[in-house]
Amino acid sequence: MDRYSFSLTTFAPNGKLLQIEHALAAAANGVVIATEKKTGSSLIEVSSLQHMVKVCDSIGMVYSGMGPDFRVLVNSARKMAQKYRRIYMEDPPVRILVKELASLMQEYTQSGGVRPFGVSLLLAGFDDRGANLYQVDPSGSYFPWKATSIGKNMVNAKTFLEKRFNGEMELEDAVHTAILTLKEGFEGQMTEQSIDVGIIGTLPNAQDGGPTPVFQCLSPADIRDYLSNIA
Amino acid sequence: MSIMQYNGSAIVAMAGKGCVAIAADKRLGQRALTVDTEFQKVFPITDRTYIGLPGLATDVKTLYDRFRMRVNLYKHNEERTIEPKTFSHLVSHMLYERRFGPYFVEPVVAGLDKNDEPYICGMDLIGCINFAKDFIVGGTASDNLYGMCESLWEPELGPEDLFETISQALLNAVDRDALSGWGAVVHIITPEGVITRDLKGRMD
Repeated sequence: MDRYSFSLTTFAPNGKLLQIEHALAAAANGVVIATEKKTGSSLIEVSSLQHMVKVCDSIGMVYSGMGPDFRVLVNSARKMAQKYRRIYMEDPPVRILVKELASLMQEYTQSGGVRPFGVSLLLAGFDDRGANLYQVDPSGSYFPWKATSIGKNMVNAKTFLEKRFNGEMELEDAVHTAILTLKEGFEGQMTEQSIDVGIIGTLPNAQDGGPTPVFQCLSPADIRDYLSNIA
Repeated sequence: MSIMQYNGSAIVAMAGKGCVAIAADKRLGQRALTVDTEFQKVFPITDRTYIGLPGLATDVKTLYDRFRMRVNLYKHNEERTIEPKTFSHLVSHMLYERRFGPYFVEPVVAGLDKNDEPYICGMDLIGCINFAKDFIVGGTASDNLYGMCESLWEPELGPEDLFETISQALLNAVDRDALSGWGAVVHIITPEGVITRDLKGRMD
C-alpha cells in the first residue's frame, strides 16, 4: 500500500506550481519588495492581479506558490495584526506576526484533514528594531534576511543580491537594486504593468513628529519613473 | 455603600521632570474596621513601570497576578520589556473584557518610557483610559487628592521636590478620609532607578 494513502489530503506537489519571482531588499530606513506579475496567458487582465498585500500599516507581504492558499494566509495575518492591535493599541512587531503565521502554517503540516499551505511568504515591515524581512516556508520555519529572493530564478537572484546589497543603502537605492534583481531573470519586456513594487518607509507622525512606518504599493506611474532611470 | 469603598484606598501618581512618582496608603479595612496597615496596593510591573490598584482588595490581588502573568508572557514572546503606554492599553483591554462583571479597581499607571519621558494614566473600572500630563488620583480619597494635587503640583519638579509634593498631597488627603491612610509608600521612578520610601501617617 502506498505510504501516503492513509490520508486523502496528504500534500503531494503533483503539478508544477506557478511560481512568481520576488526580490526583497532591506535598507537602513525601510524595506523594498519587488515582484513579477506573471500570468498564464496574455489575455488576463493584469491590473486586477494582486500579489502584494498590506497586512497592517507597518507590514506588507508577498508570496510564491498557490494564490488561493495565499489569500487564506492574508486573511489570517490581517486578523492576527488587528487582534494584537486591539490589545496593545500598536501594530505587532514583524517578528511576532511572522512567528504566529509560521505556527499556523506548522499546524497545517500536522493536523488531520488538511494539507500544508502551498506557499512561501516574504514579509517586510518596520518596527522598534528597524527594517525587517522574513521568509516563511510551508513547513513553518522562518528566516530573517537582509536581502533575499524566492520563487523562480531565486538562486541567480540571490547571487546577484549578494554582490549588490549592502546594509547602508538608502531606500531609493534599495528600490533600484530590487528592480535590477528582478530584471536579471525576467522574461520579456519589463514594464510598469508587469511588476509590483512595495515599500516600507517612515513618514513623520502627525502627533509628535516621530517616525511612523507605512507600507505602500507603488503606483504604475512611480514604477515607470524607476524603470526609466534604470534603462 | 459601593463595593469600591469597602476596603478603602488612596493612590496618586505625579509626573515630574524626567521622573514620575506613585504613592499609595497602606490601609486595608472592612468598612470602618481597620484590618491591616501593611497592605500593598502599588506593584512593580517592570524596572520602570508601576501600577497602583485602588479598590476592592480581592480584585487588587487577582489583577496583579494576572498582569504579572501577561507581562511575563509578553517579555518572553517579544524579547523586550513592556512600555508603560503599551501596558496601560493591556490593562484597559483586560478590564473591558469584563465589561459586564468588572473588577472593582481604578488602576493608576506610572512609568518612564524608552526615551525616559514620564508617562502616567488612570482608568475607571472598565478600562476607560484617562491620560494626564500632571497627576492622576484614585481611591476613596480621590476627591481630597484632587484638591491637594491641584494646589501643590507644579510642572518640572525634580525627583526630591516631586517626593515632597506627592507625600504632602497624599498624607493630607487621607487625613480627611476615614477609609484610607495609616501610613503610605512612595516610589520615585528615575532613569537611574527607583527610590522607595515608607511614610508614617496618623493612626486615629
